[in-house]
Amino acid sequence: MIHSLFIINNTGDVFMEKHWKSVIHKSICDYFFEAQTKAGSPEDISPIIATPHHYLINIYRNQLYYVAVVTTEVPPLFVIEFLHRVVDVFEDYFQGCSESILKEHYVIVYELLDEMLDNGFPLAMEANILKELIKPPNFLRTITDTITGKTTGVSATLPTGQLSNVPWRRTGVKYTNNEAYFDVIEEVDAIIDKSGSTVTAEIQGYIDCMVKLSGMPDLTLTFVNPRFLDDVSFHPCIRFKRWETEKILSFVPPDGNFRLLSYHIGSNNMVAIPVYLKHNIFYREGSAGRFDVTVSQKTTMGKTVENLVLECPFPKAVLNVTLTPNQGKYTFDPVTKVMTWEVGRLETTRSPNIKGTINLQTGSPVPESNPTLSLQFTISTLAISGLKVNRLDMYGEKYKPFKGVKYLTKAGKFQVRT
Amino acid sequence: MTDSKYFTTTKKGEIFELKAELNSDKKEKKKEAVKKVIASMTVGKDVSALFPDVVNCMQTDNLELKKLVYLYLMNYAKSQPDMAIMAVNTFVKDCEDSNPLIRALAVRTMGCIRVDKITEYLCEPLRKCLKDEDPYVRKTAAVCVAKLHDINAQLVVANAVAAISEIMDASPNAASVLEMNSGTINKLLTALNECTEWGQVFILDSISNYTPKDEREAQSICERVTPRLAHANAAVVLSAVKVVMKLMEMLDTGGDYVTSLVKKLAPPLVTLLSAEPEIQYVALRNINLIVQKRSEILKNEMKVFFVKYNDPIYVKLEKLDIMIRLTSQSNIAQVLAELKEYATEVDVDFVRKSVRAIGRCAIKVEPAAERCVSTLLDLIQTKVNYVVQEAIVVIKDIFRKYPNKYESIIATLMLSDENTQVQLQLLTAIVKLFLKRPTDTQELVQQVLSLSTQDSDNPDLRDRGYIYWRLLSTDPAAAKEVVLAEKPLISEETDLIEPTLLDELICHISSLASVYHKPPNAFVEGRGGLRKVLPPKSEQAEGLVEELGAQEPTAAPPQPTVIPGADSLIGDLLDMDMGSGPSMMQQQMYPAQPAAPTPAGGSGGMDIFGEGLDNLLGGGSTGGDMLGGLGDIFGMPQTQSYVPPQEVWLPASKGKGLEITGTFARKNNQINMELTFTNKAMQPMSGFAVQFNKNSFGLMPAQVAIKNNIDVFYMSTHVPLHVLFMEDGEMDKKIFLATWKDIPSPNEVQYTINNVPHNADTVSSKLRNNNVFTIAKRNVEGQDMLYQSLKLTNGIWILAELKIQPSNPSFVLSLKARAVDVYEAVKQVYENILHN
Repeated sequence: MIHSLFIINNTGDVFMEKHWKSVIHKSICDYFFEAQTKAGSPEDISPIIATPHHYLINIYRNQLYYVAVVTTEVPPLFVIEFLHRVVDVFEDYFQGCSESILKEHYVIVYELLDEMLDNGFPLAMEANILKELIKPPNFLRTITDTITGKTTGVSATLPTGQLSNVPWRRTGVKYTNNEAYFDVIEEVDAIIDKSGSTVTAEIQGYIDCMVKLSGMPDLTLTFVNPRFLDDVSFHPCIRFKRWETEKILSFVPPDGNFRLLSYHIGSNNMVAIPVYLKHNIFYREGSAGRFDVTVSQKTTMGKTVENLVLECPFPKAVLNVTLTPNQGKYTFDPVTKVMTWEVGRLETTRSPNIKGTINLQTGSPVPESNPTLSLQFTISTLAISGLKVNRLDMYGEKYKPFKGVKYLTKAGKFQVRT
Repeated sequence: MTDSKYFTTTKKGEIFELKAELNSDKKEKKKEAVKKVIASMTVGKDVSALFPDVVNCMQTDNLELKKLVYLYLMNYAKSQPDMAIMAVNTFVKDCEDSNPLIRALAVRTMGCIRVDKITEYLCEPLRKCLKDEDPYVRKTAAVCVAKLHDINAQLVVANAVAAISEIMDASPNAASVLEMNSGTINKLLTALNECTEWGQVFILDSISNYTPKDEREAQSICERVTPRLAHANAAVVLSAVKVVMKLMEMLDTGGDYVTSLVKKLAPPLVTLLSAEPEIQYVALRNINLIVQKRSEILKNEMKVFFVKYNDPIYVKLEKLDIMIRLTSQSNIAQVLAELKEYATEVDVDFVRKSVRAIGRCAIKVEPAAERCVSTLLDLIQTKVNYVVQEAIVVIKDIFRKYPNKYESIIATLMLSDENTQVQLQLLTAIVKLFLKRPTDTQELVQQVLSLSTQDSDNPDLRDRGYIYWRLLSTDPAAAKEVVLAEKPLISEETDLIEPTLLDELICHISSLASVYHKPPNAFVEGRGGLRKVLPPKSEQAEGLVEELGAQEPTAAPPQPTVIPGADSLIGDLLDMDMGSGPSMMQQQMYPAQPAAPTPAGGSGGMDIFGEGLDNLLGGGSTGGDMLGGLGDIFGMPQTQSYVPPQEVWLPASKGKGLEITGTFARKNNQINMELTFTNKAMQPMSGFAVQFNKNSFGLMPAQVAIKNNIDVFYMSTHVPLHVLFMEDGEMDKKIFLATWKDIPSPNEVQYTINNVPHNADTVSSKLRNNNVFTIAKRNVEGQDMLYQSLKLTNGIWILAELKIQPSNPSFVLSLKARAVDVYEAVKQVYENILHN
């Protein structure tokens, strides 16, 4: 199972290590560094590295590498999932997960790691339970601690939910305002080819919840059109049988924020593409090339596209670009050669355009191919698949909760080839 | 006032200061000091000198302080075993604390301290904690048993047996070490719904090790496992996929249920591809296996494997591999358009692989070959050197697959600034073209030959140019034979995993083995264990037995238990030999075929080497005698034991051009394996390495792995029985007589061996050479009776009586042994030897 964990920053310092079995010297990370020097970019390190006696399974998040050491045959996904979950917990606890944040809270980090894994086996991973065992730091507490001279981040009592049938929910929850909010968020992943036709498009959707309900509420959520959901991943709280037979989501929710389900609408379905790009990009040797891109709205069901950002990664041969947008502003990073155009709102009345010249480094050959543009945008109050929540009912408790559903569409990996 | 300040203390005399603070009377100061110690530990400073002072802080009612001290202990106890004893008392006390949290913490930490002396003290508190009233403590204690086993295996077994029932209640993980039967499987399936996601992974893995007794049970397990495919945890999903893939083997392929399972498997696999890149990578490696086994699962999901430009390189390469596996006539247009797009990307490795992929598409989907070729030609126009190189290399393969179709495009390729490998390929290609269409290409070939011999400064190219030129000018017919020698057709799918290995890997879906595409025993240390095999299809297995029965009414059912102390693996091997025996031996009775002629014209370094070696050693012309030749040189007595003709163990189509034939022989009291390597590919092979995965006999390679510069190949071999006959197989006459009488007559089986052209003496000497010893010879009523004995390497004795009538070429062979199962094979050996 998971033997040790090393956290490594971008400059190659192992700044934190935790061992759940015997201590493995951090020189084991040399194998990782070797792979790092071979990789072209920080993201390109293979997630699994074999060494003579160990396996290094690593993930890369927020400029940090989390390298787990295993010695026995173990499902690699198990380790990768665990590592991502660890980072999720850190982010939840510290509102961020950078090197300085982890160092600042290193005692809590150790306590958490100790609680999450025992002898290499996951012990308590539910945020609910962890928070009962180890209190997250907050400003107010830091102050009271400093004044009273007492620091008690650690609870002295056993969390109650740990061994119940609903381990994700603690008992004795009490709120004065009982509320439950559901966010239906859909991300559109698409590849659009040069001519503007869709190569592939799919939707990655999830329903994130914020539930603050007293006692042990039993919720059912129904959809107007559940047929969209044929490829789903559920939070363990959902009763699978009822979904199979009645297409109803029935569950006792965890307390607080959690992801109820995620779903995938594949490329075999029709996926609406909300924006359309018109582009004319070419390089010229010796003189300036051209860059001319216009964005316009396509299928948005009458809603407005907002926070539109266009990103263009130019090849190394490009020296700089001189562009004029008729809306928003643009930046060009001379190191990464990425041009970012922050367009903002996409009005139906006019189509934002950016045009100008591309200058190549002197002596560089003309690049083979045009860059692939990537787009970010949001469309609020719309789930682009058309998925709609029908109603939410609560059983098991007497009070009347406040309920709300919000829809949001975002660009996921939305790429336009030029 | 944050904790990060502790990272900055680097003053001199720091340890001394900390020591003073640790011994301070003030609780707060103590805690601050321990925090500083831990911080130093974190950045790798050695603070073990503070051990006694830190341990002194352990007796405290402040839980946070206690935890910090425990943290310190876990790191340093190993280096200070004597002082660690000091902590034991506090541990034992804490294990009886009224707070279950402290009890659990104490027993947990104690288990982490890997010091023998401490484990002795651990047993008693652990036993108590296993019976604790609080389930949380019991759960922790159960894991602790495993920790203890790690440190001191002997100690734990007794305790574990006592604790197992409780472990089963508290932690289903432990069940994986227990024997599986339908009952436990049922319990596990029930537990699946109730335990955490991490526990589910372990349970699913244990279930995958279980082979259900029939199709009905397999189906019911599938039904209970499939809901896990919708789990949010990727590890759970993939483990569930493993169980289903394995059990599907047992189900009726055409049945509705399998069809519905296939439908259910696609969405979760696709979903894994929208997760984090690391998860995608593992998923893709596994999908690669799954589509090789059952391509129908993802045949409609081609688009999810299209590459995004900002995917990490390891994801890109894997996606490409799977795209090619899923390519078919229906989606070739899309795939080609994508591949062409990829060929203009920046990453060189990825571009190369994409170009190669276009070639593979051409070979796989015949109707699209023309489109692929024109795409490749377009790419050659880009003049990017690595694109051109790859394109030309794959066009060569296309020529091999579709002879006489696209050769005309060669004229469009230019021989100038390419790298040597490409120039060599081009030269060969042009000469071939000339031999096939002499009229339209005479000018071209002359131009190229003069270019390569005069203008090139590469000796290889010049040499090859001269060879072709001379061949063409002296004897065009010979040139034709050399250059256009028949080559094995290129196989449709390259890079396929060998089927038995694929089946084994399917059993290891979701594990490291599935990521490396190697069986676990090939790389996980100390992993001897049994190899996993897919469950046999129930119906097929029955059919096989019936067939055998019909053929050989006298054949006894195979009993793996014949060999004392043999484990199931030996059983398997014997079974395998018995089962495939008849057909295999028949093959061998054909006259020995000369080794396949080495293909001329191929630049196979191995061939030349092989032949040269034979000649040097003065051995025969077949590779099989190479060792014999060696024996000659060194003046060793050449035994003329029977050597079966070589069989093809690794066909060239599977070995990417490498063909391996081989046989087994017994020479100089040892079992020899003789291998002949033939290079049927068009490029030299180098860097050979061989690995034998021996079975528990310790001598017979069950599986052989051959590695060269191209890939690793696996092949399985069958060891003929006669090489196992021992030299000391001559029995004393009296013992022979006694044993013959002693073995009950039902064990005696008679066979007739027809058409033996020898008399009793030659038979006797022929058999003797193969360690079948004649103990006595009698003449009864004009018949020669030979009494013979032989002994197998595992100590089994076999007694034989051979009845020979002078005028009759049919001999009667009676066999007597305690193990009846070997008769059939022994009889085959007799036949082979006597007919040889």
